[in-house]
Amino acid sequence: MKAPPFSYIRPEAVESVIECLQQYGDDAVLLAGGQSLMASLNMRLSAPGVLVDINNVDSLSEIALVGNHLRIGAMTRQVEVEQSSLVAEHAPLISMAMPYIAHPAVRNRGTIGGSIAFADPAAELPACVVALQANLIAQGSKGERKIPATEFFKGLYETALTSDEVLTAIELPVAADQQKFAFRELARRHGDYAMVGVCAFTEWSEKSLSEARLVYFNVGDQPVVAVQTAAALKGVLSAENLESALEYLAEDLDPLSDLNADPSMRLHLAKVLTQRIFQEWMP
Amino acid sequence: MNRKAELLEGDVEINLTVNGEQIVERVPVRRNLVDFLRVNLGLTGSHVGCEHGVCGACTVRLDDQIIRGCLTLAVQADGKRVDTIEGLSDDGTLKDLQIVFHERNALQCGFCTPGILLTAAEMLQQRPDVNREQIREYLSGNYCRCTGYHAIIDAIESVAKTRRQEISNDN
Repeated sequence: MKAPPFSYIRPEAVESVIECLQQYGDDAVLLAGGQSLMASLNMRLSAPGVLVDINNVDSLSEIALVGNHLRIGAMTRQVEVEQSSLVAEHAPLISMAMPYIAHPAVRNRGTIGGSIAFADPAAELPACVVALQANLIAQGSKGERKIPATEFFKGLYETALTSDEVLTAIELPVAADQQKFAFRELARRHGDYAMVGVCAFTEWSEKSLSEARLVYFNVGDQPVVAVQTAAALKGVLSAENLESALEYLAEDLDPLSDLNADPSMRLHLAKVLTQRIFQEWMP
Repeated sequence: MNRKAELLEGDVEINLTVNGEQIVERVPVRRNLVDFLRVNLGLTGSHVGCEHGVCGACTVRLDDQIIRGCLTLAVQADGKRVDTIEGLSDDGTLKDLQIVFHERNALQCGFCTPGILLTAAEMLQQRPDVNREQIREYLSGNYCRCTGYHAIIDAIESVAKTRRQEISNDN
């Protein structure tokens, strides 16, 4: 189908974006890469009165190392993030995830901030920023604030952003030598939404796992942190403790059902993916 | 820089380059790029399939990158350069791919072919050393409902090999 009628405005500075959001209120929707929004308009799943196109706001698409953080502008195209050597070096988890996001023609247009702010529970990037404990920088009429990624996702397509706020940047802690990252997902076809996916952040001292965060996607209405499984994995990694830790996934995850996979299959696949990650790291 | 943005409604004028030609047209703001190319300009080589970014039939180049023509508005192409299957066929960019697609029967109805050719061309430009598995992965966003993909993958793999051969002969 075709998109329903709407009005369109193209501000060139963050301040004017915020003014638009204040002026048009709930009738306004931000148009970033448009790779989810345009599809939902074409399918008539939403009908906003005003599209506020933020593609001409230049200040939002820079990747820079700032102190011990990597700052990625919210409008940075996914393809730029995918090809960035700064991201590969300092936020390897993000680099690992990028090729799984849809297809090249979509990543050429889609943005990192758009994917996060849209808060699709099946998307890769929201889970990544939770696993990395990133900060999400939002700007609104009351100024700028940093929202921890762990407090950003509130439910299905819902975030902590207020109606006059725009996500301007993602601030990722720089990876350290003793940390290891992994990204895995299973989809029926490359580029499709995963049936289940997982992001792993780990910290090691010698051969012992001192810190682990496992974040799963498309198993709930937002990225799901598997707290008990991660806790059970700490210590020296062995086949036995991996197997017993994986049992906790049934308590951490309560997956939903859709036509691709029912809850028990999702749980099984989550176990398989987690097992593959840690088997690779086995001493 | 910080001039006040204007709320655009109904039809607006856009100014862009399509296949090397300067175009000024009035379009409804809600019209997507592929509909603009087909309806306003009569460039019907880019096809409209799913209209939600899944099938890849509407693939065109915007400022040298392939995009979904159904997920970008025509008004967003204002001031930019668009290249379609028509332009990239005429200027020879896709010539070797087109010849091999023909030779190997890598199309039947041809509906998906323009999108697949543009996707393949970008892939070969960025990754000349691509292997069969990577071709499949790169093309996963382009549906073909006739061929079963094998002939398409064969054709692209063959062009990749020929191009590599030509480069090594040149050296």
